Amino acid sequence: MAMHKISVTINGAAREAEVESRLLLVHLIREVFRMTGTHVGCDTSHCGACTVVLDGNPVKSCTVLAVQADGSKITTVEGLEQGGKLHPVQEGFTEKHGLQCGFCTPGMLMTTSALLERNKNPSEQQIREAISGNLCRCTGYVNIVKAVQYAAEKMR
Amino acid sequence: MIPAAFDYHRADTLDEALKLLKKHGDDAKVLSGGMSLLPMLKLRLASFAHLVDINRVPGLDYIKEEKGTLRIGAMTRQAALERSDVIKSKYPILADAVPLIADPLVRNRGTIGGNVANGDPGNDQPAIMIALGATFIVRGAKERSVAANQFYKGLYDTALARSEILTEIRIPVPPPKSGGAYTKLKRKTGDFAVAAAAVQLTLGKYGAVERAGIALTNAGLMPIEAVDAAKYLVGKMPDEKTIAEAAKMAAAKSAPSADRRGSVEYKKEMARVLTARALHKAVQRAGGS
Repeated sequence: MAMHKISVTINGAAREAEVESRLLLVHLIREVFRMTGTHVGCDTSHCGACTVVLDGNPVKSCTVLAVQADGSKITTVEGLEQGGKLHPVQEGFTEKHGLQCGFCTPGMLMTTSALLERNKNPSEQQIREAISGNLCRCTGYVNIVKAVQYAAEKMR
Repeated sequence: MIPAAFDYHRADTLDEALKLLKKHGDDAKVLSGGMSLLPMLKLRLASFAHLVDINRVPGLDYIKEEKGTLRIGAMTRQAALERSDVIKSKYPILADAVPLIADPLVRNRGTIGGNVANGDPGNDQPAIMIALGATFIVRGAKERSVAANQFYKGLYDTALARSEILTEIRIPVPPPKSGGAYTKLKRKTGDFAVAAAAVQLTLGKYGAVERAGIALTNAGLMPIEAVDAAKYLVGKMPDEKTIAEAAKMAAAKSAPSADRRGSVEYKKEMARVLTARALHKAVQRAGGS
């Protein structure tokens, strides 16, 4: 079985690993790097709980091979906070009660922080479309949308 | 879920990818965006001893109009199509469809080449390519081209040999007075179509239909080209009655199977309704009434 030496930059830190071909990116993050903020939900590319930002784009890390991320920059929920200060989307989710059980939250935060990088002033429709690949079974999305709007305002 | 073990190969050039495919034959599969292949491997509905990753092969990611042809590189991500000005302004059939494919996170990885080469009747872009009269460029030992409407042979069965890679999609730039539309019914974001219709029309000087392409998604084991309906439209004014008749003819060609998305009768009826809506939209966009 082929093993692959890979190096990635995760949340700004250079890391190396030796991985099997079939190791999924989410398992590299959770089980090799021991960063468990990224969740495994449906494990079938539907729910988005495993969303990470890969070279600037939010992707479902349960449906990317770890070896495919070789040489890439990965941001996970652990990388949002900077210098002890929460990212505006994290603050928004806190302020606007954007979560209940919190299981989908890491994915929601990664998708919406990437959205705000691209679009500083998204409409409600654009926010709802952006998170349409992230499922939340608690909130009905209303407070998540409010949280993203709060963050957008904060970042302007 | 973990896929069965395989060996991953990263190709840095197209020639290297082709060499790997030739070497491993039927045991190898091309990995493009991976949005269909990786779930299939994880669910163990498919298994290959070797995956040949073409994500790092340069020169397969572009959208450009040249000499009357729109050329799209196979590794162009759906998200890039969604943001493309040329697609938004001149190819409404694609602009309709892309935001309805899977979800935004999947579209960041999924490619147009994978969508058309996969051979899944639930994929949206095969029917669109048939309606547009597109051609697929395929590289193996040599390069060849296959018309989209000759490409699909059955369920996950296409004209693509295991040793070949689909590298480019060529779409004739629509002449003036052309319009297209894609109408899709789905239960929720991320689901495949209950039924969907792709229509591309060109109108003549006096408003009659000069050329028509009509194809259906998820209406059988492969995309279904509604040849009779398209032929029926040519030379006629696209009025209410003509559109209704053409939609009926297209739906008659559909052969869906019953599943959790609905019964055969329901899906055939939806194919009719969606074809009629797509025809109306296409006529309007072509500048007809």
